[in-house]
Amino acid sequence: MTTRVIGKPLPRVDGRAKVTGSARYAADFNQPGQVYAVIVSATAGLGRIAGVDSAMVESMPGVIAVITHRNAPRLPYGEHKSYIDPAVGERLHVLQDDRVRFYGQPVAIVVADTLDRAERAASSLKLAYEAERPIVDPADPTVEAIVPEGARHADTSRGDADAMLAGAPVMVDETYDIARENHNPMEPHATIAAWSGDRLTLWSKSQFVVNEQAEIAAIFGIPPENVQVICPFIGGAFGTSLRTWPHVTLAAMAARQTGRAVKLVLTRKQMFFTTGHRPRTLQRIAIGANADGRLTSLIHEGAGETSRYEQFTEALTSASGYIYSCPNVRTRYRLRQLDIGTPNHMRGPGEASGIFALECALDELSYSLGLDPIELRRRNEPEIDESDNKPFSSRSLMTCYDVAAGHFGWSRRTPEPRSMRDGRLLIGMGVASATYPAYHAPSSASVRLLPDGTAEVAVAASDMGPGTYTSMTQVAAETLGLPVEQVRFSLGRSDYPPAPSHGGSWTMASVGSAIRAACIAVQEKAVRQAVADQRLTVFGGAVDAIEWTGGRLRRRGDPSPGQSYGDIVSSLGKPIEAEASSQRDPDVAERYSMHSFGAVFVEVAVDPDVGTIRVRRAVGAYGIGRVVNPRLAASQCTGGMIGGIGMALMERTVLDPRDGRPVNAHMADYLVPVNLDIPKLEAHFVEEVDPHVNPLGVKGLGEIALVGMAPAVANAVFHATGKRVRTLPIRIEDVLTV
Amino acid sequence: MIPFTLEKARNAEQAIAAAAAGARYIAGGTTLIDLMREEVERPERLVDINALPLAEIRVENDVLVIGALARMADVAAHPEVQARQPLIAESLIEGASPQLRNMASIGGNLLQRVRCPYFRMLDAPCNKRDPGSGCSALDGLHAGHAILGTSDHCIATHPSDLAVALVALDVTMRVLGPQGERSFPVEDLFRLPGNAPHLEHTLLPGELIIDVQVPAGAYSRRARYLKVRDRASYEFALVSAAVALDIEGGQIRQARIATGGVGTRPWRMRAVEEALAGKPPQRQAFEAAAQLAVREARPLRDNHYKMELLPRTIVRALELAGEVA
Ligand SMILES: Cc1cc2nc3c(=O)[nH]c(=O)nc-3n(C[C@H](O)[C@H](O)[C@H](O)COP(=O)(O)OP(=O)(O)OC[C@H]3O[C@@H](n4cnc5c(N)ncnc54)[C@H](O)[C@@H]3O)c2cc1C
Ligand code: SF4
Repeated sequence: MTTRVIGKPLPRVDGRAKVTGSARYAADFNQPGQVYAVIVSATAGLGRIAGVDSAMVESMPGVIAVITHRNAPRLPYGEHKSYIDPAVGERLHVLQDDRVRFYGQPVAIVVADTLDRAERAASSLKLAYEAERPIVDPADPTVEAIVPEGARHADTSRGDADAMLAGAPVMVDETYDIARENHNPMEPHATIAAWSGDRLTLWSKSQFVVNEQAEIAAIFGIPPENVQVICPFIGGAFGTSLRTWPHVTLAAMAARQTGRAVKLVLTRKQMFFTTGHRPRTLQRIAIGANADGRLTSLIHEGAGETSRYEQFTEALTSASGYIYSCPNVRTRYRLRQLDIGTPNHMRGPGEASGIFALECALDELSYSLGLDPIELRRRNEPEIDESDNKPFSSRSLMTCYDVAAGHFGWSRRTPEPRSMRDGRLLIGMGVASATYPAYHAPSSASVRLLPDGTAEVAVAASDMGPGTYTSMTQVAAETLGLPVEQVRFSLGRSDYPPAPSHGGSWTMASVGSAIRAACIAVQEKAVRQAVADQRLTVFGGAVDAIEWTGGRLRRRGDPSPGQSYGDIVSSLGKPIEAEASSQRDPDVAERYSMHSFGAVFVEVAVDPDVGTIRVRRAVGAYGIGRVVNPRLAASQCTGGMIGGIGMALMERTVLDPRDGRPVNAHMADYLVPVNLDIPKLEAHFVEEVDPHVNPLGVKGLGEIALVGMAPAVANAVFHATGKRVRTLPIRIEDVLTV
Repeated sequence: MIPFTLEKARNAEQAIAAAAAGARYIAGGTTLIDLMREEVERPERLVDINALPLAEIRVENDVLVIGALARMADVAAHPEVQARQPLIAESLIEGASPQLRNMASIGGNLLQRVRCPYFRMLDAPCNKRDPGSGCSALDGLHAGHAILGTSDHCIATHPSDLAVALVALDVTMRVLGPQGERSFPVEDLFRLPGNAPHLEHTLLPGELIIDVQVPAGAYSRRARYLKVRDRASYEFALVSAAVALDIEGGQIRQARIATGGVGTRPWRMRAVEEALAGKPPQRQAFEAAAQLAVREARPLRDNHYKMELLPRTIVRALELAGEVA
């Protein structure tokens, strides 16, 4: 009798805490005697600070400190780089010199006894700049494309893609421009910092608490064990809290300078400055095909913007190597360095942008060939991952197409552009593939069995909304054979066993596998202790003759109820604890190519008079291995699809070329979808058993849920209007004239 | 936010006295507080007018009277408004968000400030905010800006949807000030930027908006507000059109058209109206007349699309109005 909880649509275990307001986010951890810090952001886009006049501000009521590069402590900034940081370059060192590298860079921090007074003081602080004109447009002809030093596959090639393109019977060769996006989660970045001697506690919004701990320790030159980072809840992040941005350092610096606990919350506007963004990308896709639709050549060239001080890279072109079968493929990835803050990962990083270009080009090719776009993909379905000649651990792309096409009603579509109408509205239906790697990073977890029969599980993981609390509780409950109510899972503290960053769709695989391993380890430990305990019925038994079922221990074949964890722990007189780690078996990683795949279908309606584009419905089908909780998975998917609609039709951060300021750094001007923009969204999960990816058989879902949406929308817009738009977001003005 | 004093007026006299002495009225606060938070507005003294009996919506001799303190949400949902002047209800529902509409008043709506992004950024020159400092939008980014009524000093559009509807419907507004009461067409409330864009309206110091008076016309019920924007809700108009038609015997007797998102003030389209008089309410006639809308327009680098979108929006709004039973 095992309790099957993995795969059950459990409601969120933290749902009540969230809706009743008892869930505490970083900014909720107010400390006694706390004071308030406000960042002053540079109002020049490049140059140096020529003067600071802080005397007036220092004498304003309530002001405790005004810190600029002139009086800021010189911080050690010890070497520290995690895989979440760009491999090349050095993080921004805040308030350490007079240089202004980009508009909005922090140039001062003001601390006062109330938030209002700190804001007043910050806006009164006068700084003079020697300003130069920054370059913020990656398409600017003076901007050089550089080969990213850190990227593993900046250039790849198999066969001779250029020669085959030239001779291809059918071809498409186009360029794509995707706007910069800012993550804009609901919760702003926030840090409360408090020192006690040389020990620092940070209540700080983070998707990677153990890295924040290590990084701040390195910056301040103190041992990591002196830093504790606490973040039990995250109000959305989409990647913006993966890195430790300058405001965390500033909060800690201000706290140390003032000797008080300091609270620092970024304004919405400041979240457009120093907390990363999806880089604007410029891409070219060229595809050659035979008349029967088989690809003979695929060229994918792309460049992403980055800052001058760090080389941020993402997997922009890598999917082009494996998603379809093609003997001649060449990819090239470059960076364009600009006077901007460093970009970072935003939901579906790399793939979301790269797949947009590829899937739009493939749609164009399907029209050139007169072939159904799904059939085109079917004809190019690969046997193996041709980029490295490995079999896929599992791949259900065409099953996803079949499932989603059925639910969507693709057969009702007439292929001719502008051929479908609903009254006066032009109707368009588009499809696109989605893919994302199935990663698995090293993680640890601890489990404690308590005398009352419950278990406590802890990992320094995060839950930015996918439901980590719930899904991990399910894994622990199932492995231990306990009802979910008897498992308490905690996360978000840097002194818990380390977890990888909460991104890249690897939390379920990595943290889940570690929890499973820790649960098995604690069971083994319990058995060893139980057989040595005279008061227990299993005393004297051989360890391998003992089994756990339904959370109870008994000799194999023994019909008695056996003994519960609680009995064993009580008898022992102290909790049984175990910690374990898990990582991907390197042999398996060598042998298989591991990716999730999906197919996305979208219907749009375009008003032929005024050009408004509305998504009317969307259906996605995904092959993501085992689904731990279908309710959470569906919610993940609709969230990702909404993000994809934003990317397709609304989101873009517009920079003023004169000084690099984001002109729409405001939620009324940076458009994200609102309720009325979102129709019925359907997500289906195809049955997929993948024994290779990890012990749980899960491939991850958060990222792929966004990938594929934007090209499906763009392809639907073409089908509706006959207008091919290769820039994102697609706006009214783009479809007004055909 | 810069410190200020707040007092509550118990009657109009008190309010007007305070305002005449330099206080700013505050109603819903959705424009004013927002801009005070950004230190764009810096009043030292506020007088809260919410206790004044100006929230009433009533009908007097066929004239719909809407108090200046009536909330956008309440006006939009009011049966008399919906039955007599559906254009007003529609223009309100298309504006802002439910939360804002619950707070925002009719008087405040008419006096809301521009949405030009540079207006809100203290480190950007803006003639409207700091007279004589220059206009950042002119050489900067201006895709959302006006093509009609612009000057070399300011090109910001007037953002109110309601104002567009009121201008189309020849609505009169009543104000009370230190010198007494006066009434004038809503259209006359709004100034062109000219060389003094910081002067936005024609109210005299201390004048308080009391109500707006909407006359009934044969066109009132065959009226539609069409707002075109990239997302379905909660966005200001790229282009909008308020249209009211009086159709008799298959002919347009009178058309009333005003547009938003294109002008530095709500823009009445009199040439288009005249061209439609006597014509059949059909697409061909709409298209021919709508071309006149951009005759005097001056597009800039980024907002050229409005030259195309404006006539199309008018045509579509005319069609929608024509379809009203
Ligand atoms: C995010 C956002 C989106 C919005 N979207 C839209 C939209 O799509 N369409 C739209 O039309 N509007 C929109 N608005 C604007 C909104 O409608 C206005 O903010 C609101 O109507 C202002 O009314 P209020 O009562 O809050 O004014 P307040 O902020 O209280 O006052 C505004 C101004 O009017 C003055 N004032 C107020 N009442 C009187 C009176 N009786 N007599 C004289 N002066 C007075 C005040 O002194 C102040 O100068 C939006 C606003 C926001 C913040
Ligand atoms: S358009 Fe008007 S509001 Fe905008 S910057 Fe220019 S002067 Fe200021």
